Amino acid sequence: MIELQGLTKRYGDKLAVDGLTCTVRPGIVTGFLGPNGAGKSTTMRMMLDLDNPTAGTVLIDGKHYRQLRDPLRAVGALLDAKAMHGGRSAYNHLLCLAQSNGIPGSRVREVLDTVGLTSVAKKRSKGFSLGMGQRLGIAGALLGDPRILMFDEPVNGLDPEGIHWIRNLMKNLAAQGRTVFVSSHLMSEMALTADHLVVIGQGRLLADTSMAEFIAQNSRSYVRLRSPDHERLLDALAAAGVAPVTTADGTLEVDGTDAARLGELAARHGIVLHELSPQQASLEEAFMGLTAESVEYHAHSSPGEAPAAGQGGPGDPPPGAGWGAGRREKGS
Amino acid sequence: MAVATQVLQSEWTKIKSVRSTVWTLGLAVVVTVALGALISALSKNDFDKLSTEDRINFDPTFTSFAGMGLGQLAMIVFGVLVVSNEYSTGMIRTSLAAVPQRGTFLFSKIAVATLLALAIGMITSFVAFFVGQSMLGEHKASLGDPGVLRAVIGGGLYMTLITVFSMGVATMLRSPMLSLGILMPFFFLVSSILGNVSATKKVGQYLPDQAGHKVMQVVTVGDDAPYGPWGGFTIMVLWVVAALIGAYALLRKRDA
Repeated sequence: MIELQGLTKRYGDKLAVDGLTCTVRPGIVTGFLGPNGAGKSTTMRMMLDLDNPTAGTVLIDGKHYRQLRDPLRAVGALLDAKAMHGGRSAYNHLLCLAQSNGIPGSRVREVLDTVGLTSVAKKRSKGFSLGMGQRLGIAGALLGDPRILMFDEPVNGLDPEGIHWIRNLMKNLAAQGRTVFVSSHLMSEMALTADHLVVIGQGRLLADTSMAEFIAQNSRSYVRLRSPDHERLLDALAAAGVAPVTTADGTLEVDGTDAARLGELAARHGIVLHELSPQQASLEEAFMGLTAESVEYHAHSSPGEAPAAGQGGPGDPPPGAGWGAGRREKGS
Repeated sequence: MAVATQVLQSEWTKIKSVRSTVWTLGLAVVVTVALGALISALSKNDFDKLSTEDRINFDPTFTSFAGMGLGQLAMIVFGVLVVSNEYSTGMIRTSLAAVPQRGTFLFSKIAVATLLALAIGMITSFVAFFVGQSMLGEHKASLGDPGVLRAVIGGGLYMTLITVFSMGVATMLRSPMLSLGILMPFFFLVSSILGNVSATKKVGQYLPDQAGHKVMQVVTVGDDAPYGPWGGFTIMVLWVVAALIGAYALLRKRDA
């Protein structure tokens, strides 16, 4: 278990991490989600006592990281695939880590085998591909057979096979009762692996919720309607007590009424429909909506285009808690 | 201290598993011995042309160490690379995650590299001495002469301390290019200029290498340094200790 209490990091007058408090529990994969520059890596470095917090603490199973004897046996971390000396062989890289924590040399061969690098164990890591470097980093994290594992953007730059492998690895580690904390800036990736979500933006906690709850609250479904007889359709909907939202290109979006009922309604009034389609806002859109306000480096697209896909209408109730309310004003 | 033993073992694995260790230390031995032999051979041929004063001042032991000025640069590269490789490769984050006790990490690394530098330094000094003396023919000194053994051991200690000093500076500066860019010209040029120009000599003789040279010299006629061989050595040790204190103070608090 990892406990963050009011964790804060300030660089000059910029707050990279701002009063982060949350608990990462064992037995599940916890996704640590946020846009680039949200403070994910800084937070993870502070968890490993690499960076000193400006305020707040991190407790690893109730202890500070620096108090751990043989920390690799408690926490395994993959921070950066290139955090190794390229002139050292994969075997020697792992051996020096193992020795520093009193881990037997036989374990080095075991983890090399686990990550599939046995055949290149004697090769210098300089010549490794990104995927091989990532695997070597993961081997280092697994070395001490730790109860807690942390991965910073583990799927970055991997091929589909590698991504699949890492997903399964994380799920298996969690299933063994370990604490698995994995950062990503991709909601779609988290949706496939994480059981719990911690979302941050500009260093602040935006959400700390189970994946199921996040999906329930954020995957807005609606029906899109398009008709050449726009005014009559509006009247018919109003008469039936349905409040549609008209979008910029003239289509209507209806929340909370299923497509079959809307089709029957139009048929009863003899209105021609050119489109009647149920829509599901993706989790990616929900995540972007959640963090839109806190994204640090916006790509400047055309002004009409809100960062979130922007289907939030004025009558749209904010999903879940108050967060994300701001982007609605912006998006509509 | 079981932890320290583990970390020492780990640092030994690190140091012997990269190529830069072999080529820097190898270069230090070869350059020092070869250049010392060359200068010794030339000195023997020119001895007859020397003035009486220069003949009295002639120090066969120190002459055989003539290659150390260049050889020490290889030791500096070794010292700088041992430390700054951690930073330039990003390995430092992996290392400190494995050993979060930063003092243990730093001093284990320095201890291992220092022992290695001491072994290489002593080999270099003794080989340079014997090869140099064989080149000097009838002008040679022998280990049994007064002060000679001290000077030869002093040569090995000097090479070691230069390495440790470099490790301290590299820990403070982190960047290998910056560390080498400061240390190499300093020890190769600046220090000897300051030490030989009369206006700056008073200050220059307290620089680590100028003070450290004293312990390698046997004949010191006409030398007005206010310290003896071991006094000079102590000044150099103080420089090294200062560099290590600075290194620890910075590493202890710094974000990796």
